Amino acid sequence: MPAGVIIEFTNLTKRFGSVEAVSDLSFTVEPGQITGFLGPNGAGKTTTLRMLLGLVSPTSGTATFGGVAYRDLPSPLGTVGAALEAASFHPGRSAADHLRIYAQAAGLPRARVGIVLEQVGLEGYASRRVAGYSLGMRQRLGLAYALLGDPSVLVLDEPINGLDPEGIRWIRLFLRQLAAEGRTVLVSSHLLSEVQQSVDDVVIIAHGTLIHRGTLASLDMVDSKQVIVDSPNRDGLHWALQAAGYAFRSLRGGVIVDKADATEIGRVAFAAGIQISSLSQKRAGLEDSFLALVGEEGAL
Amino acid sequence: MKSFGRAVHAEFTKVTTTRLWWILAIIMVAYVALVAGGLTAILGSVGAGTRGPVIPDDQRAPLIYSFGSSIGYVFPVLLGALVTTGEFRHETLTPTFLATPKRGRILVAKLVALTVFGAAFGVFAMIASVGAGSGVMAAFAQDAQLGSPDIWALIGRAVLAMALWCAVGVGLGVLVPSQVAAIVIVLAFTQFVEPILRFVSGLADWSAQVGRFLPGSASDALVGSSFYSLSAPSLVALDWWQGALVLAAYAVVAAVLGYFTSWRRDVT
Repeated sequence: MPAGVIIEFTNLTKRFGSVEAVSDLSFTVEPGQITGFLGPNGAGKTTTLRMLLGLVSPTSGTATFGGVAYRDLPSPLGTVGAALEAASFHPGRSAADHLRIYAQAAGLPRARVGIVLEQVGLEGYASRRVAGYSLGMRQRLGLAYALLGDPSVLVLDEPINGLDPEGIRWIRLFLRQLAAEGRTVLVSSHLLSEVQQSVDDVVIIAHGTLIHRGTLASLDMVDSKQVIVDSPNRDGLHWALQAAGYAFRSLRGGVIVDKADATEIGRVAFAAGIQISSLSQKRAGLEDSFLALVGEEGAL
Repeated sequence: MKSFGRAVHAEFTKVTTTRLWWILAIIMVAYVALVAGGLTAILGSVGAGTRGPVIPDDQRAPLIYSFGSSIGYVFPVLLGALVTTGEFRHETLTPTFLATPKRGRILVAKLVALTVFGAAFGVFAMIASVGAGSGVMAAFAQDAQLGSPDIWALIGRAVLAMALWCAVGVGLGVLVPSQVAAIVIVLAFTQFVEPILRFVSGLADWSAQVGRFLPGSASDALVGSSFYSLSAPSLVALDWWQGALVLAAYAVVAAVLGYFTSWRRDVT
């Protein structure tokens, strides 16, 4: 495996007729860590990745691996391994034969087929026709294809789709190990919760436009403007909050006050002589920050 | 060049790793053997003095043997078309283009690999027609002409025709990527449209000049004998090598058009 390679997207744009699927997208993906490429369904993630891999031609802009377009890589499978969302297998072909074909095309040693099948845990199913594979097994076979050339870059589109909890845990550890080996790992997902335990960096797009780029922790910095407060005297608390002009919701576990600061709410309760049993600023979850960034579509 | 060789190898392996090729080959061999053997038996048992077309003794063997390509050719066409449209249908173009991003190279590799496969189909079909035909001829004490160099030249040209037909199938498949549409076109054209066109074109001199460029006419001209020339002996035919070039031109033109209409497009 060669040293890590930087993926560079520069002013990448794709128009399908009058629809702009990807607009002027620019960002880089660094080696040695896992970068989550996030956005709601239809945000343009798959189109972006397919442009990176030379499967879709951009309307304008470029996507390169250390300055070289996919088409011009001297050894494409030896540099970049990709597993795309679509299950691209002939159902009548066995997993080993599927991999053997592309190993031949790329001039890779035949022994790689057995090695990658073992890496993804499919060695026991190598000669079985893909038609009988579960969705999770197909995902693993897609990953085996990506690993065929022992590439320094991995591009995975929704690799967690269709995996059972055990499979999800396996792929998390596996990606972590690949990144620790110095590879560049770019993983797309429409759910932050799917990847938040694995990714170091996030790139978030919506409607084909970049809306956030940073570390996973940077998402956590988005301030929450909600306070959770409770009192043995709920009615009194309601009255005090209402008098102070706050909007709130009363739940079983407490009262959630919008657009508030914990210190202020404490002062309001104290001034009204209401005993409080709990008071805290609500911490925004990563998922909430993510949804706030991508807007309504995030709910999909 | 090395990369092209690898692409041809991979395209060849794609065909051998699914069941399609041997299923088509078995049906073809059974069909050709049945028709070649059966017709020889019918012609042999009715004997002279029938009202059907009279086949001179020296023309019997070439006619019967040519069934390998004249009725068998639809199988290599189907193989080429199904293998090519299957890449679109099963979305295997994605891993293919990832492994070899030069798409033109893959298309040429596919044409080469399937031409070789078509030749293999040609060998199988000729074994069926010559085997069944000569066996039945021997049973009727007729001359199977297996010692004649002309017969072996015909067998060789029939194998070449079958090879080219498989390339035509690839061209059709890339031009019409929908598998269902491609199958309908192959069956409708070979079994219905072309026979009618060939018959109608034979009615006038000027149209016969055009009709000899139909793929089936070109193929029969290449092989040198077929039951069409028996039913319409006045047909103007090309030379055998011209027939080969015309057939190859169909494959290349279809593949080039398909390259621009489907092969080069975005894979989404």
